[in-house]
Amino acid sequence: MIDDIVFISHITIKSSIGVLFAATGEIFAERSGILNLGVEGMMLAGALIGAAIGLAGGPPLLALCGGMLAGGVLAMLHAFFCITLRANQTLSGLAIAILGGGLSNFLGRPIIGEVGIRLKAVPVPYLRDIPVAGEIFFNQSMLVYLAYLVIPLASYTLFHTRFGLKIRAVGEDAISADAIGMNVTAIRYCCTVFGGVMAGLGGCYLSLAYTPGWKENMTAGQGWIAIAMVIFSLWSPYRAALGALLFGGLTALQFFFQATGIETIPVYILLMLPYLLTIGVLVLVMRLKKAGKGGRAPACLGIPFNRET
Amino acid sequence: MAFILQRRHKRPKNEFLFTALISLGLALLVGAAIFLTYGVNPLEAYRVMCQGAFGTGLGISEVIVKSIPLMLTGLAVAIAATMLLWNIGCEGQFVFGALGATWAALYLTPGWPPIAVLPTLIFCGAGAGMLWALIPALLKTSFQVSEILTTLLLNYVAIIIMDHLYFGPWRDPDGMGFPGSALFPDAATLPRLFDSRIHIGIIIAITAAIILHVVLQHSKWGFRIRVIGKGPIAAQYANMQVNREIIQVMAISGALAGLAGMSEVAGIHLRLQEGLSVGYGYDGIIVACLAGFRPKMVPLFALVLGTLIIGGEQLQSVMHLPASIVQVLEGALLLGFLASEAILRYQFSPVQTGPPETA
Repeated sequence: MIDDIVFISHITIKSSIGVLFAATGEIFAERSGILNLGVEGMMLAGALIGAAIGLAGGPPLLALCGGMLAGGVLAMLHAFFCITLRANQTLSGLAIAILGGGLSNFLGRPIIGEVGIRLKAVPVPYLRDIPVAGEIFFNQSMLVYLAYLVIPLASYTLFHTRFGLKIRAVGEDAISADAIGMNVTAIRYCCTVFGGVMAGLGGCYLSLAYTPGWKENMTAGQGWIAIAMVIFSLWSPYRAALGALLFGGLTALQFFFQATGIETIPVYILLMLPYLLTIGVLVLVMRLKKAGKGGRAPACLGIPFNRET
Repeated sequence: MAFILQRRHKRPKNEFLFTALISLGLALLVGAAIFLTYGVNPLEAYRVMCQGAFGTGLGISEVIVKSIPLMLTGLAVAIAATMLLWNIGCEGQFVFGALGATWAALYLTPGWPPIAVLPTLIFCGAGAGMLWALIPALLKTSFQVSEILTTLLLNYVAIIIMDHLYFGPWRDPDGMGFPGSALFPDAATLPRLFDSRIHIGIIIAITAAIILHVVLQHSKWGFRIRVIGKGPIAAQYANMQVNREIIQVMAISGALAGLAGMSEVAGIHLRLQEGLSVGYGYDGIIVACLAGFRPKMVPLFALVLGTLIIGGEQLQSVMHLPASIVQVLEGALLLGFLASEAILRYQFSPVQTGPPETA
């Protein structure tokens, strides 16, 4: 019994990290006022480039950097369209999602199924020996430990630093922020690209650690789930982590039922659960909001900034 | 030197042509860059694509075959977008349309008089797509949940349900373990035209485009939809029932996508099987955008995208390049559309930053 719980919890964390990275990045983009629907494409690009560099014999760090760069480049494109050209953010994001998916399918064709780097679990000395929690939290891959650091760091940056204040100011009221001398364009570019870099990192996690190797459309909607989790999180990294864990938990249950052969719930129902849960979570947040509890989206989310009008 | 974007007072003439040219130009450039990195001569690649699409009678008829579902999903996205609703869930509604048609063909209509079968099939396909689209519509009207994410997430759910059905309960008992439903009876297949694979779905699609155009432009209801799309707040002042229209528009949109699924399964595949859901729902977004969300332009751009897809298949069979190049070109088309919108709406004026130069 306790072994089952440890097994499920261990996989829960393992399965949530891709969504978690992507959601953290998206929080920054949305806090600055840019809706980025291209996360799925950026994750796929990151996953492919990470896997490809690993296969070519590059060191893991280079693979990670390459994947993050791939996400960042796509995000730069999104930023150029949304910020500089003031294009419709929904459409630009969809275009990036399609473009990223297409590019990764096209370029990744030759390396499907081949594995270069496999980031194995690295037990943390001493902490690993804590009963139960040691196995769950401290017998994971390095990227999971990176996630442990990223969440508090992201939250601190957003809510306790000058730069975080600027990000939120630009997202809440771009015109006033501009009037007191903030560079709205630069801050938005920065946050959008950071979002892409994190999505790329999330993709890398999938193709280097979670299910090593490249597979077409291997993210299976995790980019979209990350965007939904940002809404669930009310734009705060800690709650985004909670959302990601919910997603991871359902994935872990899937593994558990498959591993133990218990057919209490049919497999196809289990497969649907992450998507249905995400929709359920969105409904819950909106109900709470209606009841006057909970937060709201940044006021300038999705609205291009234009000094002349 | 920096630029600022100034709003144009008058949009240039021929903007429609301009948008199309910029979008296609950008897509072709992006494609060329990718072909070059692959060590393929872009001109040769484009020649092969054109050859595949227009070189033979078969190519042309295949382009038309592809354009049928694209027209219907394009219309589905376009009518929703007229009201500022983003139906990214056409793929799921397409799948449900196919499920509805399959159920009607294999489990409902056997034994019926042949004349009643096809209308039932069409009705079930449209109805199933509509039902699937009503979920996000109701979530939006009751809880204000963004339809963008719900429609999209439901695509994955729909595909899982379809896979389950043809791997499980609906699998052909005489199929020797092959995953797929039984073949549709003859009465439940869409008649084909001119000795080719073109089926009467083309008539359904074009009729739908004409009806939508007329209804949107010339009826009171269409006027309401367009006003709500232009400004939801103004519409509320005018005492318009926005929620009711959201449900109506999403229902129509879902029904159109469902018809696309129905026409694919009953016109081309003739059984529920793998390879049915290949992204027509997402392609519909691109068709609708390029058409400027105007139903009357949708058929034209469905043909453009159909050409692209058939050209891509030709690339795969002749030059052994992955057909997913089409997806890349689609993304580039959409970005090209956005870029041309920006050029039409704003003029780029250079501004001097820093101190003026002294001679």
